[in-house]
Amino acid sequence: MEHLELFFKSIFIDNMVFATFLGMCSYLAVSKKVTTAVGLGAAVIFVLAVTVPLNWLLDQYLLQEGALVWLDPKYGVDGSETLDLSFLSFIMFIATIATMVQLVEIVVEKFSPSLYNSLGIFLPLIAVNCAILGGSLFMQSREIPSLGLALTYGIGSGIGWFLAILAIAAIREKIRYSSVPPALRGLGITFIITGLMAIGFMSFGGMLTGGDEDKKEQTTEAASLIKLEPSSESTDKQITTEIAEKEDTNVVAENIKETEN
Amino acid sequence: MALLSKKDAKLIIDPLTDNNPITIQVLGICSALAITAELQASIVMSVSVLFVLGLGNVVISLMRNIIPSKIRIIVQLIVVATLVIIVDLVLKAFAYELSKTLSVFVGLIITNCIIMGRFEAFALGNGPWKSFLDGIGNSLGYAVILIIVGFFRELLGSGTLLGIQVLGDPIEKTGLYSIGYENNGFMLLSPMALIVVGLIIWVQRSRNQALIEEN
Repeated sequence: MEHLELFFKSIFIDNMVFATFLGMCSYLAVSKKVTTAVGLGAAVIFVLAVTVPLNWLLDQYLLQEGALVWLDPKYGVDGSETLDLSFLSFIMFIATIATMVQLVEIVVEKFSPSLYNSLGIFLPLIAVNCAILGGSLFMQSREIPSLGLALTYGIGSGIGWFLAILAIAAIREKIRYSSVPPALRGLGITFIITGLMAIGFMSFGGMLTGGDEDKKEQTTEAASLIKLEPSSESTDKQITTEIAEKEDTNVVAENIKETEN
Repeated sequence: MALLSKKDAKLIIDPLTDNNPITIQVLGICSALAITAELQASIVMSVSVLFVLGLGNVVISLMRNIIPSKIRIIVQLIVVATLVIIVDLVLKAFAYELSKTLSVFVGLIITNCIIMGRFEAFALGNGPWKSFLDGIGNSLGYAVILIIVGFFRELLGSGTLLGIQVLGDPIEKTGLYSIGYENNGFMLLSPMALIVVGLIIWVQRSRNQALIEEN
């Protein structure tokens, strides 16, 4: 159950693109066509699913405070219970990611040339995609408790990113036929559409916050129904109208902030 | 500008306007959007990027002839990661609250595309002094957008600037609030950052028609 919860949470509520703005650079640069967007999205899911569990292991057995206790005392690590190497996590994580991307590229090229041809050009791009490093850093700061959950989190956030880039690519393909003000064409309108989509995604905020089991399942079903047609205008409107009705944790949090002021 | 030749000055001034890293080159968007709900966070982020990009450009430029091109990405990442760790530790030591607000986004400077983009596009092919200027110029261009977005979001969202109430007190109903003005809490939500940047792009491209994209 907690796997399912984390899975949907990382896809919809904590969506990489819409809630935390990770991986925006490639999201904006590679979303002109649906086919390339699918290629990059698939590569991101794959790399996140590999690097998040790997970095979880690194964090758990090497970097956290007291993580080195498994080390035999004969290696002479003094005070391993209080040793805290977490200041090294940036460099360790990014090294893992860069190496894994390189490794994945080599393996895929060797065993599946057709997959390589469709994914290959995107793989080097991914090493510097903030969504990947962000996945690992959020995994660390949210203290995900087990390896299995880390895997679920990696796959879930990958799918969330995939959905986002797929949706924006589909919208951008259609928007060519409409008359956008010249100065807003291209980048400008993409930003504004992404903003509107992000507002829409905020309505998922109330999805896992309360209620009994039955209600939860209904919401997730409704959510998956909405996601079936990410590009159609009517669903976008539907989503935006829902904000008013649904309780959103973010909104609540912000309201609290405001009243404090 | 006696210190700088015309060409060098161009390196600094271009990224501020017509070659802005965020609105024109589309680099470094992620962090620009996530932390701009407050002006203070935007400024700190800009300074961190200024430090990392200026110094990183120099280091990469000094090493440009000895880095094998096949592993250059990893080398670049290591250089950036080291600089970012320094920034992170300094922030944790001297501005702990702020480093909590910025949370993982300090770490994400590593994958900030501005940095890798400038390494690839400039530092690998130019000398240290030019690279330094390029780094400063681009991070200032980044800072300008961040500060504009942070300014409007904090002003309209919570009526404060750098935490100081500039529009009066919303609870005591002084200043603007006495005539019925309300804070727009919506500006504090993350999607508004995207829309504000979209509007900045709109303004910039309306003023300079040459920047308009083909559809």
